[in-house]
Amino acid sequence: MFQKTNKMLLMVIGAVVLYVLLKIMITTGVINPYWQRVLFYSLIVTIGALGLGIIYGFTGQFSLGHAAFVGLGAYSAGYFSKTFGQYGGLSFIGALLVGMVFAGLMGFLIGVPVLRLKSDYLGIATLGFGFIVKVALDNADKIIPELGGARGMVGTPQVANLEWLFFTALIVIVLTRNFIFSTYGRACTSIREDETAADMIGVNTFKTKLMAFTFGCALAGLGGGLYAHTYPFICPGDFYFLQSFDYLIVVVLGGLGSMTGTVVTAIGWAFLLEGLRFVLGPQFVDFRGVIYALILIITILVRRQGIFGGKEFGFLVPQVRREKPDAALRG
Amino acid sequence: MLEVRDLSVFFGNIRALHGISFDVQEGEIVTLIGANGAGKTTTLRTISALNRPTGGEILFRGKPITGMKPHKIVSMGISHVPEGRRIIGNLTVLENLKMGAYTRTDRAEIQASLEEVFQRFPRLKERSRQLAGTLSGGEQQMLAIGRALMAKPVLLLLDEPSMGLSPILVEEIFNIISTINQQGTTVLLVEQNAYMALQIANRAYVLESGRIVLSGDSRELQANEGVRAAYLGESA
Repeated sequence: MFQKTNKMLLMVIGAVVLYVLLKIMITTGVINPYWQRVLFYSLIVTIGALGLGIIYGFTGQFSLGHAAFVGLGAYSAGYFSKTFGQYGGLSFIGALLVGMVFAGLMGFLIGVPVLRLKSDYLGIATLGFGFIVKVALDNADKIIPELGGARGMVGTPQVANLEWLFFTALIVIVLTRNFIFSTYGRACTSIREDETAADMIGVNTFKTKLMAFTFGCALAGLGGGLYAHTYPFICPGDFYFLQSFDYLIVVVLGGLGSMTGTVVTAIGWAFLLEGLRFVLGPQFVDFRGVIYALILIITILVRRQGIFGGKEFGFLVPQVRREKPDAALRG
Repeated sequence: MLEVRDLSVFFGNIRALHGISFDVQEGEIVTLIGANGAGKTTTLRTISALNRPTGGEILFRGKPITGMKPHKIVSMGISHVPEGRRIIGNLTVLENLKMGAYTRTDRAEIQASLEEVFQRFPRLKERSRQLAGTLSGGEQQMLAIGRALMAKPVLLLLDEPSMGLSPILVEEIFNIISTINQQGTTVLLVEQNAYMALQIANRAYVLESGRIVLSGDSRELQANEGVRAAYLGESA
């Protein structure tokens, strides 16, 4: 028990120290506004990617439409803020909840029919959903003019800052960790490893897949909500299938079934994309696509299990998994 | 306890089971023996609702369970130890066992079951923190049985528990199955190792190409000329 609280304390201290460091670097200008944006983006990608990590990395449900749920979250949260933004932080929290719930609900509704499908077929169905969302958002201004349609949406209050993003990402990491190491999380892992075995154990596999999918989509929506409050201009193209692949690449590169891998890769990914912009110079900036595709190919060739290959940093693993059998028996 | 009536299963156009009927009484060990492709595994999988029957009925404690979802079957008290063990290699031994109790909610009772399993399989206790995928074949079979027991079944379905194990381990596993049965769990055992299966079973059914061709007391079957020739490796 003592050890457990001790570890929790260390985690909290570690998070606070990290936050203070980032804050100092931003206020003193060590991190200039440009890299600050990149940092913010990396935190948003982290949140969205953890969502896909639950869906694909831990439950094994291949989704190619993740960015669509980010988009649904961004638009619904942004619209909420544009309408009720005068209440400051309170309306921002409301907006984030709206983005989360809306994306989660859509995930649930689309999940009911498509989660009966397996692997490639599920991928195709979710890809199709991504197209539907893109087209719907392109034409959304015909129903709600404020959404801007293909011209994009502007005017969402830009209230997201380091505190909001950092601590939301932190909460999401803790939530995800608790979910993964819960009985439900183990049920998800069982489904990924062997769905028939999960059936035999008595897991309601469909319900569990639906729950994981809904949770993952809700996290995507949360990421989207933050996105809308970090970037003054959002357009349907920000949430198209290429962005879905970005999330997929992060999850696969980090290692399926590794939260650590997802977080580290999501942050690394955002910084790599921007870093390459400087390395390559404005003339060759489009070659970034070549470089990151190469990284993906090389990783799959030499390290198929991903960078972290299902492993976790110690502090992300709760005590139950490491305890001795006697301690487990005492419960 | 279990009654199978005229069960038929098709895989596409291929008929795997041609309307088989059998029953398992409370407290018994009943074995289905037969060659590869006779339909033994299909029978167990159909009872567990992993395959859908095209005809016939399965009654468990007098209630029809045909058409139920697999997880419902488990919570009714039927646990399945599958062919090839199907343990979750990326979870630890302890996590696998806890997963076995997925349908149960009483924490204290789950702990008691866990202790029971560890008592029965001390090696699982030693390795409880190890990833299940790193266990040896025999240990994995123990884990598969232990996981099924964690659901506190009244009827245990065992599919080829001897597969890929050394003769000594086979003996050990069969002793354990006997003990589990003596302690009150009814067992339906599917085996290719007819010799071992007939030794611990009360009754047996012989399956051939999806039909039951012979049934009876396992002693009688052990003495039966045809069975000896076909399944016990003796020339008639």
